[in-house]
Amino acid sequence: MSSTRRDFLKTSGMLVVGIGSGITSLSAQAPGRAASTGTGPYPDVDFRQLDSWIVIRENNTATFHVGKTDCGQGTGTAFRQMMADELDMAYNQTACIMGTTDITVDQGGSGGSDAIQTDGIPMRRVAAEARRVLLDMASKQFGVPVDQLAVSEGVITVRSDASKRVTYGQLVGGKKFNVVLTGNTVDGTTGVARVKAVQDLKIVGTSPERYDIPGKVDGSLKWAVDMKVPGMVHARNVRPPLAGAKLLSVDESSVRNLPGFIKVIRSGNYLAVVCEREEQAINAARALKANWEKPATAPFPSSEDLYKFMRAATPTSAARPTVTGNPEAAFASAAKVIEAEYEVPFQGHTALGPAHAMADPSNGQMTIYTNDMKSYGMRTNVADFLGMPRDQVRVVWMEGPQAYGRTAADDAGFEAAYIAKEIGRPVRMQWMRNEETAWDTKGPAFTVKSRGALDAEGNLLAFDFEARAADYNHLGYNEPDTVLIAQLMGRRRATPAGGGAATPNEMYAIANRRMSTAVVSLPLVWETPLRTGNLRDPNGPQATFASESFIDELAAAAKADPVDFRLKLLTASTTDDSGFKRARSIATVKAAAEAFGWDKRPSPKGRGTGNLLTGRGIAYCFRSQTVVAQIAEVEVNRRTGHVWVKRLVVAHDCGLVINPEGVKRTIEGGTMHSVSRALHEEVKFDTEKVTSVDWLSHPSMTHLDAPARIDVVIVNGDPNPRRADLPAYGAGETVCKPTLAAIANAIFDATGVRLRRVPFRDDRVLAALKAAGV
Amino acid sequence: MSNVTLKVNGKTHTLDIDPATPLLYILRNDLDLRGPRFGCGLGQCGACTVIINGTATRSCMTPVSSVRNEVTTLEGIGKDGALHPLQKAWIEEQVPQCGFCQNGQIMTAKALLDKNKNPSDMEIREGMARTLCRCMTYYRIQAAIKRAAKVMA
Repeated sequence: MSSTRRDFLKTSGMLVVGIGSGITSLSAQAPGRAASTGTGPYPDVDFRQLDSWIVIRENNTATFHVGKTDCGQGTGTAFRQMMADELDMAYNQTACIMGTTDITVDQGGSGGSDAIQTDGIPMRRVAAEARRVLLDMASKQFGVPVDQLAVSEGVITVRSDASKRVTYGQLVGGKKFNVVLTGNTVDGTTGVARVKAVQDLKIVGTSPERYDIPGKVDGSLKWAVDMKVPGMVHARNVRPPLAGAKLLSVDESSVRNLPGFIKVIRSGNYLAVVCEREEQAINAARALKANWEKPATAPFPSSEDLYKFMRAATPTSAARPTVTGNPEAAFASAAKVIEAEYEVPFQGHTALGPAHAMADPSNGQMTIYTNDMKSYGMRTNVADFLGMPRDQVRVVWMEGPQAYGRTAADDAGFEAAYIAKEIGRPVRMQWMRNEETAWDTKGPAFTVKSRGALDAEGNLLAFDFEARAADYNHLGYNEPDTVLIAQLMGRRRATPAGGGAATPNEMYAIANRRMSTAVVSLPLVWETPLRTGNLRDPNGPQATFASESFIDELAAAAKADPVDFRLKLLTASTTDDSGFKRARSIATVKAAAEAFGWDKRPSPKGRGTGNLLTGRGIAYCFRSQTVVAQIAEVEVNRRTGHVWVKRLVVAHDCGLVINPEGVKRTIEGGTMHSVSRALHEEVKFDTEKVTSVDWLSHPSMTHLDAPARIDVVIVNGDPNPRRADLPAYGAGETVCKPTLAAIANAIFDATGVRLRRVPFRDDRVLAALKAAGV
Repeated sequence: MSNVTLKVNGKTHTLDIDPATPLLYILRNDLDLRGPRFGCGLGQCGACTVIINGTATRSCMTPVSSVRNEVTTLEGIGKDGALHPLQKAWIEEQVPQCGFCQNGQIMTAKALLDKNKNPSDMEIREGMARTLCRCMTYYRIQAAIKRAAKVMA
C-alpha cells in the first residue's frame, strides 16, 4: 500500500460499523487482496481468500467484509447474525463492512431480494471455515483433538480442562488466516467446513436491533449525501425542457458573472453547471440560458392516451406463449367465458432524496461515494465510461434514500465522475426534485387482457393471459451506454435493452392455459424521461394486479368464496412436480385467512346504506421460493370515492427467518409501498414532457393512509418444517406483488364495482361508483 | 455576501454568506450537520425539517436572513448526551427502513408533542400528514409517537 493511498483513505470517511464491543477504529483495508493486475490502487478483492471475508482483531472481535449493500431492510444485521452464528461468536463481537469495491468481495451489491437467499450462503460457509481453522489452531496449541474442544463467544476451551483456553483474537488477531477457499464463482465460495444445522443456530431466529438505526435517528450517521472532501465543488444538471430536445447553443455569459461560478459542462445534449457552493450551483442552473430544438415528432402519447397507444402498437418483441392443454377447445366448450382488461401506468421510483453522488479524482484515481445499490457493476462501468483502468476506480457504497431499484441506474454517480474528471476537482452532484420525479427510472406501464372459461359448476377450465409492457429500453445495471448522461451525450447501444412483460406467479392447477407477453415501444427510445428500470419486483405488481383481480372476477362469476376458489385451484390434482411450492402456497393462503378471521362467502358483500362501505379481498403469489398471501380490508367512501386500506394481513413464507422483527418490517414496508402504488402513483405526461415533477403531481401515500392495523404472519409451510437444512428465501419484493389486487378485490367486495385501472384515486373511484349507480 | 449570525443547537455562529441562502444549505454545508436533508426544496416532503420557536420549519424554504430565533436540529433534541424519548421510541419500534426521511418525521413529531402531549390517532395522522416517507413506514412512526407520548406524559 503506497503512502499516497494510505493518506487518501485517511480522509475518505470509510464506513465501519460496530456496536456493543466498541469496534470503532478498524483499519479500512482487508488483507485478502488479489495480486494486482495493474498498477492502480484498487485491485479486485480475491473471494478465494478467507482473509477477504473475515478479519479477526486482537480484542477478539470480527469484522465481516461482504459484497452487498443494505437498502434499509437490515440485511447487514442479518449477515452479522448468520456469520457470528457459524463462527460461534456473539453478535456484539462482530461488525460488518459492505459494498465498497476495494475492500469487500464482489457479491454484486443488492437486487432481487436475494441477499439472504443467495449471498448469505457463501457468507455462512466462509464463517464456518474460519471456525474450523481456528479450532484446528487451538487443537495444535493444546495438543488435543478438535472434538475435545468447546467454543463459545470466540473463546475455545479444552472440555476436560477449562483452564486451557484461548480466544480467536489470541490465535489470529491482527494476523492473516492465509487460507485459500474454493469455488468457481463468489456464490460458490466454500472452505472445507460445513454449515450448521438449523437446530444448532442460536443467533439466527432472534431479533437483535438493527445496528444502523441509532445513527439514523440521532443524526450521527454519515450518508452519501454528507460526503465531503476539501476542495469539493457543487454541480447541478440542466435537463432538456422537452423530451428528445436537441441542445443547439448555450449562453455562458448568462451565468459567468454569478457568484461562485466555475464552469458550464456540455457534451451533446448533456448540460450541467459547476459552482463553489451548493446554492450557487442551484441558482446558476436556473439562470443558465440555452437554446433547445423541439423534436420533429412527439416523443410519446399523453398519459391519458397511453393504453390506447399500447394496445394499437405493433410489439417490438414477444415471448413465445406458454400453452398447456388445449385452451381454445376449453373456451369453445365453456358454460361461461369471462373477459377483462387491466391497466397499470408508469410509476416512478421517486426516491425521497433525489439522485446524488460525490466523485473525487485526486492523484489520478477516481473514487465515487454513492448509495448505488450495485456498486461493483458501477465501478466496472464507470471505468469504461471514463476510459480509466478498472483498478484506478473504486466505488464506496454509503447509505442513501432507497428507491427500490433506482440506484441500479446511478445517473448521479456517472455525472459526478464525468465532471470531476473534466475539471480535476472533487464534485458533488445532486439532482433537484423536479428532475428526479420527471427523469428517474420508471416501473413500466402494462396492459393485460384476460380470458377465463368456467363450466356449469363454476370450475375454471381455461385461463388466457396476455400482457403488454411499455418496456422497450430497460435500464438494468449501470451500463455505460444506458445511464442518462451517456444517452444525452449520444453514447448508445446498437439496439436498446428490451425489458419484458410478465405472467403471473401462482401454483393454480388449471388444465388449459395460455400465457403470453409482448413488449411495445413508445416513439422516443433514447434520452427519454420514460426510461424503465427495476422498480421493486420490476413487473410483478403489474402482472399480479391483473391475474389476481381476474381470479377474483372468476370466483365472483362462479359465486364462490374467493379463498375457497383459490384453494380449490391449489389442491386440484396435477401431474406437475411442483408439489413443494404448492403445499407452501396452500399453507400461506390458509394462514392469511385464519389470521384475518375470513368469513366464507362470495363477493360482493352486498352494500349497506351508509356512506362508508367496507369489504375484504385476498390475493396471493410467489416469487422464486417465497410465497405471500395478503388480505386487505378497505373502507370506501361512496360520497368522495376515497379508499382507506384499514387493515392488512400478510402471510409470508420465506423459509428460514434470520431476524423475525427485521423480516416483519421489511414485509410491512414492501406491502405499504404497493398500497401507495395502488392508491396514488401514476406518472403523468403530455406529448412533450413528463408533467409529474413533485409530490403534488406524483403523489405518494401519506400518514393519513396508514392502516389502523397490520398483521404479519410468518409461515413455514415446508412439508418437512423441522429439516436441518431449511433454506432461507428472499423477503422484500414478493410482498409488493399481490397488494394492488388485494385492494381492488376488497373494493369490489365492498361496492360491487370492479376497478381495472391503477391507481384507485378518489376521482376515479367516485366516477366508477357513480357509473355503477352506487 | 454579508455577515449572518445564527444560533443552532445552543451555539452561535457568524457566517459570511448570501443572506438569501436557504437555511438548509448552511446547516449542512457550513455547520456540517447531517440531520436535516434535501428532499424537494419545495417544502413538500419534510426531510429538511428543523424546529424554530417551537415550530417545525422547512429549512429548504427558509432564507437564512429570516431566521430570528434559535434553530434546533435532530442533533440538538437530546439532553445531556441522552437521546430524546422520540429517538428512543424510534429505536425500540425499529421504525426506519432506509431512514432518509426520519429526521423530518422525528422533528415534526417533536413539535407536535411539544404542543399536544397526548394526541389522538387522528391528531397524529393529521399533524404528520405533510411529512413523507417513501419506505412508507408510517404505521411504525405512528406507533413510535404513541410510545414516546406515554413516556413523556
